[in-house]
Amino acid sequence: MAAPLVLVLVVAVTVRAALFRSSLAEFISERVEVVSPLSSWKRVVEGLSLLDLGVSPYSGAVFHETPLIIYLFHFLIDYAELVFMITDALTAIALYFAIQDFNKVVFKKQKLLLELDQYAPDVAELIRTPMEMRYIPLKVALFYLLNPYTILSCVAKSTCAINNTLIAFFILTTIKGSAFLSAIFLALATYQSLYPLTLFVPGLLYLLQTRHINPNSAAAVHTCENEEQSLLDLFLGVCHDVCGKPSGNHLPLLLPSQLLGFHPRSLWLYINVFFYTIPLAIKLKEHPIFFMFIQIAVIAIFKSYPTVGDVALYMAFFPVWNHLYRFLRNIFVLTCIIIVCSLLFPVLWHLWIYAGSANSNFFYAITLTFNVGQILLISDYFYAFLRREYYLTHGLYLTAKDGTEAMLVLK
Amino acid sequence: MAAAMPLALLVLLLLGPGGWCLAEPPRDSLREELVITPLPSGDVAATFQFRTRWDSELQREGVSHYRLFPKALGQLISKYSLRELHLSFTQGFWRTRYWGPPFLQAPSVWINLGRSSVMSSQGSSAPLSTSSTPPTQSLPLPPSNPWVWPMTLTTTFCAMLCCRGRWSAPKTSPPGRSSCPVVPRASLISFHLLQAGLSVLLKADRLFHTSYHSQAVHIRPVCRNARCTSISWELRQTLSVVFDAFITGQGKKDWSLFRMFSRTLTEPCPLASESRVYVDITTYNQDNETLEVHPPPTTTYQDVILGTRKTYAIYDLLDTAMINNSRNLNIQLKWKRPPENEAPPVPFLHAQRYVSGYGLQKGELSTLLYNTHPYRAFPVLLLDTVPWYLRLYVHTLTITSKGKENKPSYIHYQPAQDRLQPHLLEMLIQLPANSVTKVSIQFERALLKWTEYTPDPNHGFYVSPSVLSALVPSMVAAKPVDWEESPLFNSLFPVSDGSNYFVRLYTEPLLVNLPTPDFSMPYNVICLTCTVVAVCYGSFYNLLTRTFHIEEPRTGGLAKRLANLIRRARGVPPL
Repeated sequence: MAAPLVLVLVVAVTVRAALFRSSLAEFISERVEVVSPLSSWKRVVEGLSLLDLGVSPYSGAVFHETPLIIYLFHFLIDYAELVFMITDALTAIALYFAIQDFNKVVFKKQKLLLELDQYAPDVAELIRTPMEMRYIPLKVALFYLLNPYTILSCVAKSTCAINNTLIAFFILTTIKGSAFLSAIFLALATYQSLYPLTLFVPGLLYLLQTRHINPNSAAAVHTCENEEQSLLDLFLGVCHDVCGKPSGNHLPLLLPSQLLGFHPRSLWLYINVFFYTIPLAIKLKEHPIFFMFIQIAVIAIFKSYPTVGDVALYMAFFPVWNHLYRFLRNIFVLTCIIIVCSLLFPVLWHLWIYAGSANSNFFYAITLTFNVGQILLISDYFYAFLRREYYLTHGLYLTAKDGTEAMLVLK
Repeated sequence: MAAAMPLALLVLLLLGPGGWCLAEPPRDSLREELVITPLPSGDVAATFQFRTRWDSELQREGVSHYRLFPKALGQLISKYSLRELHLSFTQGFWRTRYWGPPFLQAPSVWINLGRSSVMSSQGSSAPLSTSSTPPTQSLPLPPSNPWVWPMTLTTTFCAMLCCRGRWSAPKTSPPGRSSCPVVPRASLISFHLLQAGLSVLLKADRLFHTSYHSQAVHIRPVCRNARCTSISWELRQTLSVVFDAFITGQGKKDWSLFRMFSRTLTEPCPLASESRVYVDITTYNQDNETLEVHPPPTTTYQDVILGTRKTYAIYDLLDTAMINNSRNLNIQLKWKRPPENEAPPVPFLHAQRYVSGYGLQKGELSTLLYNTHPYRAFPVLLLDTVPWYLRLYVHTLTITSKGKENKPSYIHYQPAQDRLQPHLLEMLIQLPANSVTKVSIQFERALLKWTEYTPDPNHGFYVSPSVLSALVPSMVAAKPVDWEESPLFNSLFPVSDGSNYFVRLYTEPLLVNLPTPDFSMPYNVICLTCTVVAVCYGSFYNLLTRTFHIEEPRTGGLAKRLANLIRRARGVPPL
């Protein structure tokens, strides 16, 4: 398994290096879909040069990165391209090993449920085999590395790539079962932008389940949660004290969200990210990794300055759920929406900012359409997942009372 | 598009709200003068200065006897413990390249407010002034809200001062001095004037049809003696006007007071201790071959002004012989021989500023500094105040002279905070001799909140001019001036070292466009974003709260039974 992964890595690095050397690099690094004011590389350079001038980078409103980024790039500023290529490679490797272990867990669980006769008799074609799951980790790494969104983010040197790496390592360490390391990576990811905090809940659920603790037992949950929570708090506190400034997360409340609208009070949009965590936890407590996938997608849709880098992270998980493909209802339409919107973004931006013939309504509309596409895609996957679960427990070939083929509806 | 420019400050002077009290008031004196300078390009510049000097310590004792010094300003100074006040209103742009350096420079279209805090006990008011301010005694703290006292100026000058943002303090100024960043387009209301002395000439409708006019008020404390044991307060009210000779003179370069101001001088101001008119007759030599000045001057004054030797004809209004014979004084200048069309002499320092780039996302701000001295290099202090919505990237700052990179000797940068304070960039740049230095910095245009756009957002937003301060080498060495004896225009920035003179230039203000959203957007955004969020919420709610059920085909239904009834009647098989 190592050789194909290495090959994929080599291809990905080559593509990125070629783009770095071309004239497109500068053009891409200023695209508003790829970089946001919170993740732009130009602002990192600006912050570092402010530090050289003896001015605090946080005294102005240009630099919104964390002090850890300053420490990281203070020494590595000349090797920035290499750093971003390495972060992408690390993300892909982390996801590869995470999914590899996850597949083993899935297979083990499936075997357990089969032995306990939890499945209906005629669902043989829904049972997953190791043979079909063999290439999934490689596909995940491929999906992440060769996704145009990821390549654009890397070439633009958006710090979103670093956030993706931290989240990927969080997933890896959670699946491996180490609470301490997963708390550290989650703390680092939350330190950079507040939204990964919501991933605490699926992480906790997963860790409880791997330790064979019943999530319904309050005492056990409490102890495990305490452990993770305290590690999280400790690390966040350490970061705060050492670096002197917590992340600039209060800023999204003040700045208008560029993509989802110019409404000054975006607080209620900000709440959307956190709002779905508890209901999803209740519904998906048996499937924490799927919950994590949905949560990452919700973050990518509702965060205040979303970029294509966030979208790329959850898109990397699609091969993990490719057994749901037969239950997806609108996949063709949604793929077309995503592709067409991605192509129209630069066109309408150019028309507003450079040609002056369109106005901001056009750009805003296309971002809305893109978000609607993403929302429907995620809910489609959610629907397919729930439907498969239903079939597994109730049987695949269902008949109605009068013998005709049954129609399943949500009621 | 001249806004109505008032001369309300002169009203305050001349109406003189104080009474004639019985107790001995502190001595005050008023000097007024008018300097008429023909500019190299053919235009005529007229500079009025009214100086009131009051031997009183405003801040220490409770003063209530105001005579010549305006009560409104005096109370302002004592209440807010101001050390200095400089306020100027300007319309038009002083073209340094063609007109040469002016005596009194003020930024175009802006209001320049300066105020020093009382907490500093060192530092003199103007960098080159020969007077020094005394050490402060215990004085009340300035108000915590820095906007209280400028608002009183609003009523005093009938001006709308709308300054958003905090005060910025340039590092090179004395500690405690702060200046208002940008006050675009203050609109002023006109006032009526009493006419006496030189202010007779200040007729508003003539003054509006000028290429440039600027009024200023400067209040500062000056020492009464060499040891500076006591201070007096000096109020200078100035007005600079540039008349376009071809419009006023109907094509000829001759000018006269009547043609320019449509009034003549009739009598001196009774309150003034000195009232004079100076006419620059330097370039056009004394042998009376090229020009003729009428009435012929009785005395002339020669001095080194702004680095060159100049000659002025003096007309003293207090000299009874001057006005006696004709009851009015109309100074005229006639050209006997048309002047040769020679290229105007280029000043040693002039500057230009522009914005480059295309599109509404980013741009580049460039300043060109010209040093035309053939062999002397001198440093220039460049101060840029850029509003917060043009986000400067200081890592893109490049300074090049003669094609090579020029590193500034000193750089101070204070980044902007959104909606609170603008960018402040201050640099000391060495300009090599006979060179052009380009200072450029890239910026990104920010999107404002929809309530922050002006009623005409596509007009653009103004960027205040950058300030260049320099000690320019003079061509002729100057002697240090005697404060009381020299004319007023020579003592505003007196020189201590005769080999150079102080010049403060302002570049052009700029107009930049920001990405403007469509103003129907708030409604659209609310509706459509709510719709999208509702779509998401609806889908998730369905999936989270409902479970799958097999749909049983419905047996009954009223419509179906009715249909079956009709079908049975027709003899057709039922549904």
